[in-house]
Amino acid sequence: MKYLPLLWKSLWRKKVRTIFTLLSVFVAFLLFGLLMTIRTAFSFGVEIAGLDRLVLIHKVSLIMPLPVSYLERLRATEGVALATHQSWFGGVYQDPSNFFAQMAVDRESFLQIYPEFRIPPDQLAAWAGDRQGAIVGVDLAKRFNWKIGDRVPIQGTIWQPKGNGQTWEFNIVGMYDGDQGVDKTQFFFRYDYLDENRRGGAGLVGWYVVKIADPSQAQAMGAKFDDMFANSSAETKTTTEKGFVEGFAKQVGDIGAIMVAILVAVLFTMLLVAANTMAQSVRERTNEVGVLKTLGFSNGLILALVLGESLVIALLGGGAGLGLAWLFVQQGDPTGGMLPIFMLPPRDVVTGAALILVLGLVAGAWPAATAMNLKITDALRRS
Amino acid sequence: MFSWIGQTLAVTGLNLRTIPQRLGSSGVAIVGIAGVVVVLVSVLSIATGFTAAMQDSGSPTRALVMRSGADSEMTSGIGGAEADIIRQAPGMRRDGQTALASAELYVIIDLPKKSTGTAANVPMRGIGPTTLAVRDNASIVEGRMLEFGTNEIVVGRAASGQFAGLTVGSEVRSGQNSWNVVGLFEADGGVAETEIWCDARVLQGAYRRGNSYQIVVARLDASDTFDTFRDWLTANPQLNVQVRRETEYYAQQSRALSGLIRTVGFGIAALMGIGAVFGAILTMYTAVSTRSREIATLRALGFNASSVVVSVMVESLALAAFGGAIGGVIAYLGFNGYQTSTMNFQTFSQVAFAFRVTPTLLVMGLVYALMMGFIGGIFPAIRAARLPIPTALRQL
Repeated sequence: MKYLPLLWKSLWRKKVRTIFTLLSVFVAFLLFGLLMTIRTAFSFGVEIAGLDRLVLIHKVSLIMPLPVSYLERLRATEGVALATHQSWFGGVYQDPSNFFAQMAVDRESFLQIYPEFRIPPDQLAAWAGDRQGAIVGVDLAKRFNWKIGDRVPIQGTIWQPKGNGQTWEFNIVGMYDGDQGVDKTQFFFRYDYLDENRRGGAGLVGWYVVKIADPSQAQAMGAKFDDMFANSSAETKTTTEKGFVEGFAKQVGDIGAIMVAILVAVLFTMLLVAANTMAQSVRERTNEVGVLKTLGFSNGLILALVLGESLVIALLGGGAGLGLAWLFVQQGDPTGGMLPIFMLPPRDVVTGAALILVLGLVAGAWPAATAMNLKITDALRRS
Repeated sequence: MFSWIGQTLAVTGLNLRTIPQRLGSSGVAIVGIAGVVVVLVSVLSIATGFTAAMQDSGSPTRALVMRSGADSEMTSGIGGAEADIIRQAPGMRRDGQTALASAELYVIIDLPKKSTGTAANVPMRGIGPTTLAVRDNASIVEGRMLEFGTNEIVVGRAASGQFAGLTVGSEVRSGQNSWNVVGLFEADGGVAETEIWCDARVLQGAYRRGNSYQIVVARLDASDTFDTFRDWLTANPQLNVQVRRETEYYAQQSRALSGLIRTVGFGIAALMGIGAVFGAILTMYTAVSTRSREIATLRALGFNASSVVVSVMVESLALAAFGGAIGGVIAYLGFNGYQTSTMNFQTFSQVAFAFRVTPTLLVMGLVYALMMGFIGGIFPAIRAARLPIPTALRQL
């Protein structure tokens, strides 16, 4: 501890250099935090997808509908805890660029199967009493400045209402919140409202979500469901919710790999910059190192001092960068709800902290070893 | 004046010639700037490639008719009777008695993507006998055209490359249907090359669509008959449709995604650029400080301060240009033509495209590199010029 002032002094021997090194490490880890956030956003919530929930879609493709009659058959199957269905609405609110997910759901079973959506009880009661009622995520409500009681017109694209026009009217009766990582940009409304008022498509739903009693039986249960509906007019394909989300994310492309590739480039560059600075600063201090050794500083201590300097730079710069990224992410999605999930997962924060340590140690290793191995006579003679 | 130029050239030459002595720190600046340029150019090449694939799909002489309110062919719906009415519209090219209009279905089927092995939404288009005449940029390049009334399909070149099991002669199973691949087609590298084409009437049966379609594609008589064509259709009380030029439709579809990629690309490059500028500044400070005695000596001999500034700037810009060039070459060699596919959220289906590292992007990368070099050099250059001569001379 008593060497800290010495370490601090040598760090600020060349102020400008130290500041710029700090800043480049800072930027590197700011980027690290932001890229990891983007990566998480494009994984579409795979982290929190339930393993005990299975998704049944039409075997040909997700866009093909399934009959609503499957719901009772699924519920009657042994090992099924809960079952519900959802249908993609795909409407347009004001302008096609205002995209958000709208889903027609079976109100009661929907709420049971997704306990991660938190909705105040009085709003739930209001939803039960209003066929046109819709529950929206808090992030979505913030994006369009919706309040409870607002009437929202949405243009149908897939489904047209009976009668004239293409506009469906909804009442915002409630808002759901959830933990970090839960998509709070969705719009849920009642399936009975859709089914009774659409032209065509009566009795069809998009897909089923089934919660099974024993998650370890996911594979077997999936096969059982698919067998149940085999050779019918609508065959199914069952996957775990996690597998479903992962598959979807893979369709978009390997965003994760691209982000990691960019990060490797960034961190490698910063490592070079930091290592070069440390080497330079040790070279300039050859004389001083000689003096320290003459005074009786052991080799180990010299090594520790130089490594310490490099670690301090990495910790200060990297810590500030990671911290700022974290703060920025806490402010919420800057695109106003285009990214459904906007968070920096704790796991990535830990990875970042580990990388900071590695950067500090690796950048300081070579200069520290050089300083340690200096012979006093050489060091003092060199000018 | 001439002596100033001479001085400047002399100092600059000295600087550039001594770069090899400072290889370590110069290398850091070069690598740093090259890294930024690689990232900038390669990320933007994704957006360029995607936009290009979408733009190559559209022709100004083709118009798309969809149900009004539908934002893509996926959500559109047009009855068989309506399609017959649309075929009578004026402004369309006709081949004898046949109107060059193609009523099509557009659905997706799940097929495994080669690169990940997981299911992907592959677009499948039900076409008719007039389709090849309407979509005149499409042509069969391997095998033969499908026979109408059968379960034969032809696949786009990109679809065949991206998804498993789509080679000529193979059989594709999807649900209870099976399809035989009999041909491979190209369409100027456009979106259609990611599609699978089959007989619309067979697809209607397989997907229980009755006698309905989703879109009517019409070949216009000429580009300027579009208004006649559109006005006749939108004014017709029997129809509830909207008409768009094909070029507009695809431009609108690519806007959101390429905009997002560009924003992310520029954002990352800007932040990385800041990091690289710090690297460059450090390098140039090092270059100046290791040579402060030389610089002071030159100044004492009567060399001008501005010559010193210019020489430092030139050195910095040279390093940056070198780094930028390396970055551009790496991006070009590494990413140009890289084939991939992504989800087009408007149609909920896969679009295959190739990364495109265009000359514009390379120039952009180089300009960005020079900007970084300029900022990286300016402060150290000023410092070099302001160096108090006696102190610097006394330095070790």
